[in-house]
Amino acid sequence: MPPAAAAAAAAEAGGQPPALLTVEHLTMRFGGLVAVDDVSFAAPDAGITAIIGPNGAGKTTVFNCLTGFYKPSVGRLTLSHPRRGPLYLERMEGFRIPQVAGVARTFQNVRLFAGMSVLENLIVAQHNELMRASVFSLAGLLGLGRYRRAEAKAVERARYWLDRVGLTARADWDAGNLPYGEQRRLEIARAMCSRPVLLCLDEPAAGLNPRESSDLNRLLIGIRDDHRIGILLIEHDMSVVMGISDKIVVLDHGRLIAEGEPRQVRADPAVIRAYLGEDEDEDLPPEVARDLARDAGSA
Amino acid sequence: MRAVAAERAGSSSWLWGGLKEAALQALVALILAVPLIGLKTVQEPGGLGLQTRWDAVAIAVAGVFAGRLLLVIVRRWWPQRPRGAQSPAGAARIRGFVRLLGPVAIAFALLLPFLPFADRYVLDVSILVLTYVMLGWGLNIVVGLAGLLDLGYVAFYAVGAYSYALFASNFGLSFWACLPIAGALAATFGILLGFPVLRLRGDYLAIVTLGFGEMIRVILINWSSLTNGPRGISGIPRPDFFGVPFNPSPAPDASAFHTLFGIAYSPIQRVIFLYYLILALALLTNFFTMRIRKLPVGRAWEALREDEIACRSLGINPTNTKLTAFAIGAMFAGFAGSFFATRQGFISPESFTFLESAIILAIVVLGGMGSQVGIVIAALVLIGGPELVRELEDYRMLAFGGLMVLIMVWRPRGLLAFREPTIRLSTFDRAARARGEASGTVPVP
Amino acid sequence: MEYFLQQLINGLTLGAIYGLIAIGYTMVYGIIGMINFAHGEVYMIGAFISLITFLVLGMVGVGWLPLALLIVLASAMFFTAVYGWVLERVAYRPLRQSPRLAALISAIGMSIFLQNYVQVAQGARVKPLPPLIGGGVNLMEREGFVVQLSYLQIIIIVLTIALMVTFSLLINHTRLGRAQRACQEDLKMAALVGINVDRTISMTFVIGAALAAVAGMLVTLYYGVIDFFIGFLAGIKAFTAAVLGGIGSLPGAMLGGVLIGLIEVFWSAYFTIEYKDVAAFSILVLVLIFRPTGLLGRPEVEKV
Repeated sequence: MPPAAAAAAAAEAGGQPPALLTVEHLTMRFGGLVAVDDVSFAAPDAGITAIIGPNGAGKTTVFNCLTGFYKPSVGRLTLSHPRRGPLYLERMEGFRIPQVAGVARTFQNVRLFAGMSVLENLIVAQHNELMRASVFSLAGLLGLGRYRRAEAKAVERARYWLDRVGLTARADWDAGNLPYGEQRRLEIARAMCSRPVLLCLDEPAAGLNPRESSDLNRLLIGIRDDHRIGILLIEHDMSVVMGISDKIVVLDHGRLIAEGEPRQVRADPAVIRAYLGEDEDEDLPPEVARDLARDAGSA
Repeated sequence: MRAVAAERAGSSSWLWGGLKEAALQALVALILAVPLIGLKTVQEPGGLGLQTRWDAVAIAVAGVFAGRLLLVIVRRWWPQRPRGAQSPAGAARIRGFVRLLGPVAIAFALLLPFLPFADRYVLDVSILVLTYVMLGWGLNIVVGLAGLLDLGYVAFYAVGAYSYALFASNFGLSFWACLPIAGALAATFGILLGFPVLRLRGDYLAIVTLGFGEMIRVILINWSSLTNGPRGISGIPRPDFFGVPFNPSPAPDASAFHTLFGIAYSPIQRVIFLYYLILALALLTNFFTMRIRKLPVGRAWEALREDEIACRSLGINPTNTKLTAFAIGAMFAGFAGSFFATRQGFISPESFTFLESAIILAIVVLGGMGSQVGIVIAALVLIGGPELVRELEDYRMLAFGGLMVLIMVWRPRGLLAFREPTIRLSTFDRAARARGEASGTVPVP
Repeated sequence: MEYFLQQLINGLTLGAIYGLIAIGYTMVYGIIGMINFAHGEVYMIGAFISLITFLVLGMVGVGWLPLALLIVLASAMFFTAVYGWVLERVAYRPLRQSPRLAALISAIGMSIFLQNYVQVAQGARVKPLPPLIGGGVNLMEREGFVVQLSYLQIIIIVLTIALMVTFSLLINHTRLGRAQRACQEDLKMAALVGINVDRTISMTFVIGAALAAVAGMLVTLYYGVIDFFIGFLAGIKAFTAAVLGGIGSLPGAMLGGVLIGLIEVFWSAYFTIEYKDVAAFSILVLVLIFRPTGLLGRPEVEKV
């Protein structure tokens, strides 16, 4: 049995939810530089998995491999799609990953369709469904009711997400004119409009103030609970990571150094060393030791 | 006292600065003018000789000096608006202007042949302008909507023209039968030429499509067995009114246009028919564009233009989207080409140079990408304008090139650059309510 | 074999000329990321100015050839450089912050303007020049076919090499060259560290124009006839050469130029002359499809 299926079976037997995404031996080389070195982890379905690590650890590279922007040098990326069975992302052409596997993503530097309106951004996200419903737009060209109904449904879905992220009042604004925080929310709403099974967020909390971050937490938890999809996020903001993650994966210098629940990862000495610096003889700084003791006590 | 003196000095220092600026520019103009304007090569019996034209140099230098000074003075009174995005009030005004202008322009165009000043010349110019408007609207699909820089659009125009010429001459098919064939062939070429260039961006795409345009022209010149080479194809069937010819003196039992309608024959009847034909074709292009923008394909084009990477991340196939844009844009050029062939009765490779592609692209960009009305205005300015000054034949292209540079430097985003959204939540709700459909229900997405 | 050698020599010569023009394209593209559409016309202007200077010298009575060549070279480089400088100030600098398409249209407009400017100012007919530099070295002779390396060809190749060396030194060892390379990497950052970006860009255009002027002079001597349209075709081929060699790379431009020259000459010699221009365009398409960074360019990784 292939390893991913074996792991899934083992997980189910052990009473754990099956992994939505299984990354095995992912390696990415750019010429002589090894950006990601033999990384393996699993992300659960209906759960939030955070990938953290110091800058340059290879987090965005992993994302780009998962979402079809890089072809991995080595590795197997298995997405256990609820309806389509196991799909191997490393073999799929870039745009097919969102189209067939249902993996949506947001970007570190927000990539909206700035010249189009907020509503249009959300409608474009439903492109594939609308193309199917309109027979590649022909039904629309001929003015058939079929397309009108499909478009109405698309608008309804857009409206739902506008509501969810609080942008209904700005639906007709140009996306480029939104303030930064709202642009980020729009990007998430747009990704959700494409009906993904795995939502990948690249630093969704970057540049958000604490109130916006906690709104983001609420949004993501809501998405997880109401829509039962997997969420994978790269983040530096620990309030977000610790606040909502079901699982954390830690990368450093392209390698996986820890994987597990937030509590475990937080106390993992390898993780602490990665963030605070490499000096084995040195004791932990007293503040950090105090924090850890407090967390261990309160957990 | 000192303050007043300083102010007075300050108030004239701008003039002094302006004079210095103008003098400097005049000096540069002198350097530029001396070799190429001041000394003209002339054909003499023994070879090439030189003719001096210092008067022309003096005019050029004086012109630059005066022009610059004028600009400085004008800027003093009307300071330049800071470059950047348009103010919302300005955008709203343009939007209102455009919404009003559209229907008015169409009404005017429909009535034109019956207006008192519409003689043969006016109609000919109008037909020319409308042809370029259609080509501009067609290229707009590729450049304005999908954001693909096509500098070889004339190739599809040529394919359409030659298709019509060959099918009509050799197989006797009518214009209406040839039209879809020409469109299909042009679309096929669009896919063929588009396929290799899909991964290219920006200027690279421009140069390669330019190269393709030139290649097609070279092939047209050299493949004499098919295209009759540089001599072109003549004797192309002229248009008829849905099977009824525009014959001044038909045989007793044959029909002709004027006998059908019981009016006297006039050569202008065919011209009027051609005018309405191109108007119909152009309006077809326009309506198609406006419609497809609201469909998934059109929205995908615009999204592709905005951010291709984001498109890929939403599962949109960039290759197919681009090819569709190329093909459909090419199709309309093919239609326009067929019209061109039947209007002229004669075509040759010389009509399909890179300059044509450049003119059409200029119309699209000068008009304001994506702006249908802007393209009409740009066509009127760029095509109609020089027609009015036909006497200065030599200086026409010179003025054309200069105009392109000037308009771009003055208004980089085009004359009427704004984008009408394809759907508004408020309008959508209203329309749905009017149709009696329920809205606002929250589905399980 | 002799025929092949002769074509090789001819191809290298033509390639050197293309290379000189290509350098202008590659430098401008490297620094401001746009194709200087009017560069072909700048080359054409260089050719015309060379021609006119020759005629002036002839009228004034400067007979000694090496002196005449030097004067023509200086004159062509100077005047063409001014044209290049004005071109950048008028058509490109105002549009540096504007959408790419605006600069492209401006460039095309400038190209049309310059072409017609010369046509109006000098007349539309071709301009012939009697051959000034004749003779050459016979390298080989067999069965009546002589492989000749003409003195003119020697001059062209030697001059090109000299210019290449000079400008390589310029780029790598002077402040201007460093500034140029910095601007090529990151324009905004270069401005922030105090480089006068405007002046660097101007200099780039000026140098490119000067080199194109040299090419223009050489072409006038080599082919003996010029007209206002030579810029368009040479421009496309030179740009193809720049892309083939790797845009942004000076040695790449020269390498690309030589390759394009060789391809064009061999194609005309062994296949058919009518489609030789198509051969150049086809090379461009193939290179851009299969190796868009060219032979000596650096592969670009997509930044997401």
